[in-house]
Amino acid sequence: MAALTSLAAATTVGNAKLNIAIFVIFVLVTLTVVVKVASGKKTAEQYYTAGGAFSGRQNGIAIAGDYLSAASFLGIAGAIALQGMDGFLYSIGFLVAWLVALLLVAELMRNTGRFTMADVLSYRLKQRPVRIATSVSVLCVSLFYLLAQMAGAGGLVSLLLGVSGETAQNLVIAVVGAVMVTYVLIGGMKGTTWVQIIKAVLLISAAAIMTVWVLGKYGFSLSGLFTDSVDVAKTSTNPKTAAGAENLLHYGTKYGVTTLAKIDFISLSMALVLGTAGLPHVLQRFYTVPTSKAARKSVEWAIWLIGGFYLLTLVIGFGAGALVGPDAINAAPGKQNSAAPLLAFELGGSWMLGIVSGIAFATILAVVAGLTITASATFAHDLYKEVFKRGQSTQEQEVRIARISAIAIGLVAIFGGMLAKSQNIAFLVALAFAVAASANLPTILYSLFWKRFNTRGALWSIYGGLIASIGLIIFSPVVSGKAADPKTGLSPSMVTNPDIDFHWFPLDNPGLVSIPLAFFLGWLGTVTSKEFDAEKYAEMEVRSLTGHGVAKALEH
Amino acid sequence: MSAQQPTTSEAYQAVQSSEEFQTLRKKFRGFVFPVTAFFLVWYFLYVLLSIFAQDFMNRFLFGKITIGLVFGFLQFLTTFAITFIYARWANRELDPLADAIGSRLDGVKEH
Repeated sequence: MAALTSLAAATTVGNAKLNIAIFVIFVLVTLTVVVKVASGKKTAEQYYTAGGAFSGRQNGIAIAGDYLSAASFLGIAGAIALQGMDGFLYSIGFLVAWLVALLLVAELMRNTGRFTMADVLSYRLKQRPVRIATSVSVLCVSLFYLLAQMAGAGGLVSLLLGVSGETAQNLVIAVVGAVMVTYVLIGGMKGTTWVQIIKAVLLISAAAIMTVWVLGKYGFSLSGLFTDSVDVAKTSTNPKTAAGAENLLHYGTKYGVTTLAKIDFISLSMALVLGTAGLPHVLQRFYTVPTSKAARKSVEWAIWLIGGFYLLTLVIGFGAGALVGPDAINAAPGKQNSAAPLLAFELGGSWMLGIVSGIAFATILAVVAGLTITASATFAHDLYKEVFKRGQSTQEQEVRIARISAIAIGLVAIFGGMLAKSQNIAFLVALAFAVAASANLPTILYSLFWKRFNTRGALWSIYGGLIASIGLIIFSPVVSGKAADPKTGLSPSMVTNPDIDFHWFPLDNPGLVSIPLAFFLGWLGTVTSKEFDAEKYAEMEVRSLTGHGVAKALEH
Repeated sequence: MSAQQPTTSEAYQAVQSSEEFQTLRKKFRGFVFPVTAFFLVWYFLYVLLSIFAQDFMNRFLFGKITIGLVFGFLQFLTTFAITFIYARWANRELDPLADAIGSRLDGVKEH
């Protein structure tokens, strides 16, 4: 995804003025919508959850808009174009993960919580310590996800606006941050949701059009498309690509080479499939509908749309491989991330490129706005109101803190994005999933399904999962110690100096160790503590399964 | 609604130990636990086959379509099917039970 920067190469094929126009039109249209829907008074309800007034279908589309980040669209299409089936493996993990949300998490969360993830986790446990722990982990996950999106925005928008160079990119990141904060301040959750809905419709439509276009060129034969992409790869001037052409249709080009790579892929798969239902900005979306039935409907819609979209990316990826070719993709500054935009240019010229780039930009904006709402809700509702003020604050104070937090988060995102813009975006996203699966999901499942679960279990699991996942990443080859590239003499790790090597954990992804560890610590902490609140447990369990009390909660 | 008293914890505990609620809980867990186990096993089978049994997964079934690709499509198919079946089942089997218990709880408070 650092590849977004590579897109800059495409400026030579596209029309920068056209791209700017499309980008400005998108911002103006969405801002108008945000201002229009934002009427009425700003209660905490409105700001965090849009008063829970969205329908299941609307929320499902917004979830798809929230979840299909630029990493999904550009990253997966590019991975399929260059690595074939191994790229496809990724998207399946991202999809199957939604079944965890559908079956185990969405409805029960909707029924027991009001604004934030911590509402559910602290329901029958000791409020303050559990809220603090949950807030720390929510903020970590959101921050990693946010930085990934901001870093992508810098590269992508530089391309769109035809600007390059450090200062110009930083300026662009600042503009993205400012627009995003404006959405959140004016529109709250309601405005943000509409931006996500608009973006989801545009993204999925564009992907569908490109898919039909590509398939049309091959008489709607998937086999024909595959044959051609292999044939094109065979003609590559890079001997490695040419020799490996047949492997596009085979698993194992990337993950199957060594045993370590295989284990690493299992680790990644675990983080993907268990991380989604622990992503705070996804969970927050379930509070924007009134009932558990609507929450169920939301996930249903989300699964149709997200699954459908990943099927489209298979065709788009192979289409880019066949029609653009691996050499042209690799020559573009963003490498694999530019596959989808280059395919758009190949199919429909600079107009299509402008539209697809504009949509990719919209994608980043919508995801970032959702993350900002979630993180600011954690600051204002969990840390300020419940922990700092011990529940004794007015709505006005809470919303004011939420808005100040949104601005602060915007600033962090802007400066973090400037620092992180050379980082690998896919890595930051995978990190967010690994932390979510380790620090959040075990506690969510335990507190919803295990009667005996208590405060010590929650704290051990959250902090243990958090420290293990982040700690193992710091000492993994992702941060230091990958063999230097013979051409540049630089290591592909975060620390590019090949002489600095402090890694001892062999895998890129910590999930295989940190997720089971967090489950284990949750169990161990629980069985070594006698705490049990039968009254609160009864209340939580009855509410979680019947939805009793939800409507009432919405009124005060 | 705002006129209602908050439900007492005795009422919640009474409901929790009631037969109807136990039935609802059993029904819910009886569906979601086995299905979760199934899709996790099915997904990791696919992941493991695609990294440890590549000869099998990379075999062509017809044209350029491999067994592995079909396996991947089957993952989409099962995900869609589980979603469809669960939503229909929950709408039909869970919601009436849950609503009945919920409205009885509101009734309990008023007596």
